[in-house]
Amino acid sequence: MTSLPPPTDKKLGLVIDLDICVGCHACAVSCKEWNTSGASAPLTDLDPYGANNDGVWLNRIHSYEVDDGAGGMTVNFPRSCLHCETPDCVTVCPTGASYKRAEDGIVLVNPDTCIGCKLCSWACPYGAREFDEDDGVMKKCTLCVDRVYNETLDPADRQPACVRACPTGARAFGDLGDPESAVSKLVAEREGEALLPQLGYKPVNRYLPPRPRRRDAGEAGAALTPQPLPSGAAGGDAAGDRFFRWVDRVLSR
Amino acid sequence: MHPAYSIIIFTTASGAGYGLLALLCLFGALGLLPAERWLGLLGFGIAFALITAGLLASSWHLGHPERAWRAFSQWRSSWLSREGVMAVATYVPSGLFAAAWVFVETTEGIWALLGLVSAVVALATVCCTAMIYASLKTVRQWHSAWVPAGYLALALMSGALWLSFLASLFGLAGAGLLVLSLLAIALGAAIKLGTWRHNAAAAKDLTSAQATGLAKFGSVRQVEAPHSQANYLMREMGHRVARKHARKLRRLAVTTAFALPFALVLLALIAPAWLAGLALFLAVASSSVGLLVERWLFFAEAQHVVTLYYGAEVA
Repeated sequence: MTSLPPPTDKKLGLVIDLDICVGCHACAVSCKEWNTSGASAPLTDLDPYGANNDGVWLNRIHSYEVDDGAGGMTVNFPRSCLHCETPDCVTVCPTGASYKRAEDGIVLVNPDTCIGCKLCSWACPYGAREFDEDDGVMKKCTLCVDRVYNETLDPADRQPACVRACPTGARAFGDLGDPESAVSKLVAEREGEALLPQLGYKPVNRYLPPRPRRRDAGEAGAALTPQPLPSGAAGGDAAGDRFFRWVDRVLSR
Repeated sequence: MHPAYSIIIFTTASGAGYGLLALLCLFGALGLLPAERWLGLLGFGIAFALITAGLLASSWHLGHPERAWRAFSQWRSSWLSREGVMAVATYVPSGLFAAAWVFVETTEGIWALLGLVSAVVALATVCCTAMIYASLKTVRQWHSAWVPAGYLALALMSGALWLSFLASLFGLAGAGLLVLSLLAIALGAAIKLGTWRHNAAAAKDLTSAQATGLAKFGSVRQVEAPHSQANYLMREMGHRVARKHARKLRRLAVTTAFALPFALVLLALIAPAWLAGLALFLAVASSSVGLLVERWLFFAEAQHVVTLYYGAEVA
């Protein structure tokens, strides 16, 4: 049923820290790896090593330059489904394939009843839905619903693949409907924001804004001009080095 | 937005079909056209053919056309589902009315009532089609009352032209019908020009800085896209049409959809019957081409909010 369920207390979602995301795409790759063999399988990859590679990804990492009038900053920006509280992508669906779970607010697509009309992707301002040309149905982030409740997985792995993969800890998963949850406290402390709230879809995911940037190395305590290295510090003439150069010459013959 | 040929054919063909169907039913019910067998057969035949061809075309663009029947289930929330339900529902009263017209050669009494119901249901279907687009908050150019007004006016316009041409084959294209066609063309043109003016004047009030939540820091420019090749989002929502190109196509649309048919119907008003028939045939042909161009522009000129994440600075 594509009518929305009544509002629920539990709102599972992601918190993404734009201050520490380094734009490494590990979350996107991990997402692709998990979901191409899980509930959303297959996630199409056409001509993956060719010049015109094309495929479905549920998480995309943009890099933006912010002109703040003071030297600018680069912000890496992961973009995926925000699991909105009142999403149009669900209500426009003519078949009931697109739905929002009453129990935890996760927005999903039933691939067995989706007719591939693409209207839900038109209704989403965040580009969260990608049509799978090969499979003929719409694909989207499942918030790894097949991991977070999966009792066959190690408890540490019962969180979305993107969160598990992030090497910098820029992603967190939890219940944003519970003001006492770790993610809610993080959002309150860092003044996390919803994207495009004026459109009225009430996204659940939150983005933590970048902290003020240091403008030069001096603020971190480093010397402002490069200093010459003390003599000998670069090494090169120790007996060990001469020995390794000799070994290298011998083995290179 | 990407202008998919299947949807362009669907909205123009079914729009003309429902317009013709509504006017045939209305004129029949009110006794303004005689319940003549061959006029009925040709008129309803063409109306149902246009509607059915349009609906079939719309299913080409589905990933799973064999599941299309599922689209009748979510009429409570989805305009696309409502459109499907209404499209099928229209066949019932109009099919009965057409049968009475063609086989019994009557459109009176209870049949007249059925004709009026058919006209209302046919126009309601056109409104549902328009609301699929008008309900989307993500496309500024579509999210306005101008869209249903335009779909309705253009459906009536193409229906009136078809009806005038068909009636002329039976010597029934009186001045009343031709004047109605002229009024429908003027209304269609006024609404289309009004829509373009409205869209040009409407503020582009969303920015890439707002889309990324970074507005408090300053303006935002994409320096690196997430992928090396265009993806579905860029192909489907990021379709761009050069401004110069759009202006030429708008001129072509206005000329062929409105100006030329208007002149041809005027000619039909004063010309001898054989020339009037030819003029009305050309008016139908010209407006069909013009509406295809107009509908292409309807999609190509629409800008989706998601483009803000892919390099557009305002939407």
